[in-house]
Amino acid sequence: MIRSRGLAIAPVGVVALFLLIPVVAVLIAGIRPESLEILLESRTWRVVGFTTLQALLSTVVSVALALPATYALHRLRLRMRRLTLAVLTVPFVLPTVVVGLAFRALLPESLNGTLTAIILAHAFFNVGLVIRVVGGVWSRLDGRMQDAARTLGLSSFNVFRRVTLPYLRPAILASTALVAMFTFTSFGVIMVLGSPAQPTIEVEIYRRTTQILDISAAAGLALLQLVVVVVALIWSAALQRRTVMRMRQSSTPALPAISAVDRLCVYWTYLLALALALPVLALTLRSFRAGNQWSLQWYQQIAAPSGGTTRDIGAFSIVTTSLRYAVLATILAVVLGVLGAMAVQLATRRGVTLEATLLLPLGVSAVTIGFGLLLVSIRGPVDLRGWTFLVPLGQALVAAPLVMMLLLPILRSIDPRLRYVAATLGSPPLKAWWAVDGRLIGRATVGAAGLACAVSLGEFGATAFLARVDEPTIPLQIVRLLGRPGEANFGSATALAVVLLAITAVVLITTERGRTQW
Amino acid sequence: MRVLGLAALLTVSLGLAACGGSPTAAPSTSVREPVTVRLLTHDSFVLSTALLTDFTARTGITIEVVAVGDAGELVNRAVLSAGKPEGDVLFGVDNSLLSRAVSASVFAPYVSPEVSNVRPEIATSGNGIVTPIDDGDVCVNIDNVWFDKRGVTPPKTLDDLTMPKYAGLFVTQNPATSSPGLAFMLATIAKYGDGWRDYWSQLRANDALAVNGWTEAYTSEFSGAGNSGSRPLVVSYSSSPPAEIIYAADPAKATVTTSTMADGCYRQIEYAGVLAGASHPDAAKAVIDWLLSPEVQSDLALSMFVFPARAGVALPQEFAQYAPRPARPEELSAEEVGANQQQWLNEWTETFIS
Repeated sequence: MIRSRGLAIAPVGVVALFLLIPVVAVLIAGIRPESLEILLESRTWRVVGFTTLQALLSTVVSVALALPATYALHRLRLRMRRLTLAVLTVPFVLPTVVVGLAFRALLPESLNGTLTAIILAHAFFNVGLVIRVVGGVWSRLDGRMQDAARTLGLSSFNVFRRVTLPYLRPAILASTALVAMFTFTSFGVIMVLGSPAQPTIEVEIYRRTTQILDISAAAGLALLQLVVVVVALIWSAALQRRTVMRMRQSSTPALPAISAVDRLCVYWTYLLALALALPVLALTLRSFRAGNQWSLQWYQQIAAPSGGTTRDIGAFSIVTTSLRYAVLATILAVVLGVLGAMAVQLATRRGVTLEATLLLPLGVSAVTIGFGLLLVSIRGPVDLRGWTFLVPLGQALVAAPLVMMLLLPILRSIDPRLRYVAATLGSPPLKAWWAVDGRLIGRATVGAAGLACAVSLGEFGATAFLARVDEPTIPLQIVRLLGRPGEANFGSATALAVVLLAITAVVLITTERGRTQW
Repeated sequence: MRVLGLAALLTVSLGLAACGGSPTAAPSTSVREPVTVRLLTHDSFVLSTALLTDFTARTGITIEVVAVGDAGELVNRAVLSAGKPEGDVLFGVDNSLLSRAVSASVFAPYVSPEVSNVRPEIATSGNGIVTPIDDGDVCVNIDNVWFDKRGVTPPKTLDDLTMPKYAGLFVTQNPATSSPGLAFMLATIAKYGDGWRDYWSQLRANDALAVNGWTEAYTSEFSGAGNSGSRPLVVSYSSSPPAEIIYAADPAKATVTTSTMADGCYRQIEYAGVLAGASHPDAAKAVIDWLLSPEVQSDLALSMFVFPARAGVALPQEFAQYAPRPARPEELSAEEVGANQQQWLNEWTETFIS
């Protein structure tokens, strides 16, 4: 038998070492009687209220926009399917600052700084994630059940509600939990599109930690954020467990879109892809404009910068650095994510706690973690400062929970009797595991690895905190260039963003091909 | 604290004695075996690579640049690490953050002997603890094209910004999350004293906008410099107009389309200091001396878009032409800023946005 406890050691260990210890360090350093005062201020509760409100609305909107497209992309025959899926995922993996600015440029001015702008931007970034997580289960749902239900006279709507939806519920809940974590701790979108009048908890933690050095207030807010996130994660994990339905695995071929509803879903998918592509397209076009003319000038400039300063690093070396980190991060994230998913699925009693623990990296303030690592380095036995392995590790911390959440709904949907059958037939444990679980999640793991790699390539927060100046990743260099006036800086930033976009698209499209042809 | 103070005093006097012994002979000559000095700085640190390699070739000192976020993050990290620093030298603490760093004993006092060549108005501003390296001005930038097209005269003073004819034209940054935004708020405090909140109420009534960061303000909201925004007045640096020329698609043909408003500029002075507890204090001092050397000083304008602290350093022609230094920049003492910053930020938020 493969045991949950053994599998969980590595992922739990990494979370404990690089997340829980730093967070506890911040709490120890910062929590004072005054920290509790900040929790009593009405301003704090306005911030908490706004953070929760925007996260809830953003999550609902993201999931609602994504579901019809998930259906069309995973059940229906669709032209340019892989490209469409890549287009829908790209905003999620590109650095928020970059796409956020492009998004802002397209937004009507009256919406700047409003709640609507934040919700739209969050939906824009997270739709692809929902499609991936739910699609992983939906694509393998046995279509014959729906056929049978339809034959028995159920309307299409009732077939969806009473036959399909129950199977999808754990996956929808999983994606809801992910989007809720991302939006609850959102930083980039709030900074770029939000109004200074309405900060979120994460922005307040950032402000108090990095700008005014009010550690006790920052620690109070970090504690508050942690409590909300832990409660939400445990609730979501318990709900997912309760709604699990074993299903018969099949690879039902994609059907042509015949019914009106199907066709609507297809149109919706293309429309959504188009809407998501717009800011990215605008950015791409902008990268070919120099001095009001079409030009490759910015591409030439990033390939061989001429300034001779410490900031003029050639695109080749930046791309190499990015890829090196991303490959390491992907390997780490896949190993940790697969182990985590298996451990959670096998765990009998502590599954909920385990799942919540492994998802924590998405729900804990990046500022708090970075700050905690610093405190641990200053006051603890090991000085981690300047340790470059932290860069892929930081990226993997963000990517591993995604891998886990892509695999977990699939593992859960496997009928456990298959495992018993394999064991009864005399397969040794590993072989039995491979025959049942391994093969099925193998496909999904390829897709998850692609997403993990793309996320690592675009990751900004952890990377910015940990990377070396002379070895920036693509997002780091883009943000540095955006921090200065002058068309050459802006142009080079957009050109680099397009390079990142191209690499990301290649990663996503090839892994999707690998996944579907497994 | 008293013991620490005494130790600091000792260090100062020893440092001075050492300097007295060899007035201008650079300490670099005494550091011969190869060492690596970690230079902690902010994300905006840029220098010509050749200067760094040349320095290593001459002195055996390799400079490892460690950038840790913006100036605020840099200083906060140094404050938290005080006594067990992440590096040997810190460059980039400015006059609004200096008192926070000094009161946390971040620095082992050291003033480069080269400071005798620094422009007198900023030479002693490091209070004997750190060395001024450069300065710059946060000023309102004006989109000249916008005003020319409409035949409107651009504003000349901070007061003008509250006039109805400039309603809805001005964008600044949230002082709580942006360094130029903070500098601009300090400029209004320096200029109006207790009346600064009234000034911001008037700005608010005149439909001024605050966004979270410089990038959003300058590249999204500002109409000038080829950007798509709709507001022709933005808080930026006095070096932004020359940067627009130097970083134009074709610098040879570029014409200047933005300028700065001379009134209401806030002067930011950047300092370098030896971190208390540094592993290589002597090499760290050599690095600070080098930062004030004519070579590095004449590189600053085009690499970091700041003005050299050293007197008599020639500026690039674009700077001389398009980045006039304000005659009377606004300034507040480091102590005053340190003591009141948080209170001011709260008041700004109350007045301008809530």
